[in-house]
Amino acid sequence: MARIVHYINQFFAGVGGEDSAGAGPVLLEGPAGPGRRLAELVAPEHEIVATVWCGDDVAADKVDEILGLVRSADPDLVVAGPAFTSGRYGLACARVVAAAHQAGVASVASMHEDNPGLDEAGAAAVVASGEVARRMAPSLERLAAGVGRLLAGHTLTAEDGRIGKAARLTVVTDDNAATRAVDLALVRLGGDAAATEIPLPRFDRVTPAAPVADASTVMLALVSEGGLVVADNPDGLESARATKWLRYPLENRDALAAGDYMSVHGGFSTAWANEDPHRILPLDAVRELEAEGAIGGLLGEYFVTTGNGTSVANARRFGVEWAADLRRSGARAAILTAT
Amino acid sequence: MERAGIPTAVLCNLVSIAERVGAPRIVRTRGIPYPTGDPSLDADAEKRWRRQLVDCALEALQTAVHEPTVFEPGETRVAAAAGVDHA
Repeated sequence: MARIVHYINQFFAGVGGEDSAGAGPVLLEGPAGPGRRLAELVAPEHEIVATVWCGDDVAADKVDEILGLVRSADPDLVVAGPAFTSGRYGLACARVVAAAHQAGVASVASMHEDNPGLDEAGAAAVVASGEVARRMAPSLERLAAGVGRLLAGHTLTAEDGRIGKAARLTVVTDDNAATRAVDLALVRLGGDAAATEIPLPRFDRVTPAAPVADASTVMLALVSEGGLVVADNPDGLESARATKWLRYPLENRDALAAGDYMSVHGGFSTAWANEDPHRILPLDAVRELEAEGAIGGLLGEYFVTTGNGTSVANARRFGVEWAADLRRSGARAAILTAT
Repeated sequence: MERAGIPTAVLCNLVSIAERVGAPRIVRTRGIPYPTGDPSLDADAEKRWRRQLVDCALEALQTAVHEPTVFEPGETRVAAAAGVDHA
């Protein structure tokens, strides 16, 4: 019997919603939440011996701590999710299975292929889940099947519902590269234009959000990747390869005075931005909209990072965190200025 | 942010990159270092230009889109792409 440790978030652990998103990580004995059904599906061959949960807001940065708890239960396999399309949860699941894999512990996560965390799973396996938690039952069945295959010593493939980066393995073929190239060219000339030995990374297709029906009832937020911070950059925003984002107050401000703000962006001349910060953050114009009733209100702070050589993974994380933050504060739409 | 259900108008000059990475609502601006300004204008004209940009952003936020769609500030209606219908 193999020992499985299951990673889930605070919501699926039954601890709470956004109010508990800063809690954890916590180790529980045996299965919890969706792990109960998963335990039934993998029994009697395998057992979920422990569950680790962590709040969505902090999990992505507490992977070492989470992995420590996971390993304290001596797992043969680490399972994370299903995370569906939930961004913060997906990032955490991906990082947990990537860290486990790197530490030599077999692991598998479950999430939808649109989950922004998918690309962070590294060489660890990820199997597809449904889009939303309503698809829990079939998602757990696929995950359980993958668990069984992994613990039987197999590598998961697309047939198992594997998604994300395809593992590249060294195999011996009968034909040399020249022969295979000609064969492939013939297949393509024969009409199968997509035939390939090396699937290229897919483009990230974003499903657009529904529009706001009436902006005059909506709280708007201003966000930017233009590196605009308060004078002297006291919080140390990076000029390139940003690893963080910052928030600064806008309450009771109708304009951004030159000298009070500066751009630390390292990818363009900041002279124009420093001369008039509204060239990066259009606070004056948005206050006009607010005064005219064209928008319901403006969020009392703006979010900012530097979009200059920023890794896609970090940029995704910023977007996920910004969206969650805006939802909590009641903002329903955003203007993002990009340099 | 769009994926998480927050319609987001991205104001940028590098429109082709915004389209390529799949940003759904794009408002075209005039220069990389000043997305919501234009230093070649006098102060009043620059302010009017900025107002046109945020008006256009509001229009974008209230428009249903199905793919990366470019909104041109100063035009009353969207110039662009298939798949646009007004909310």
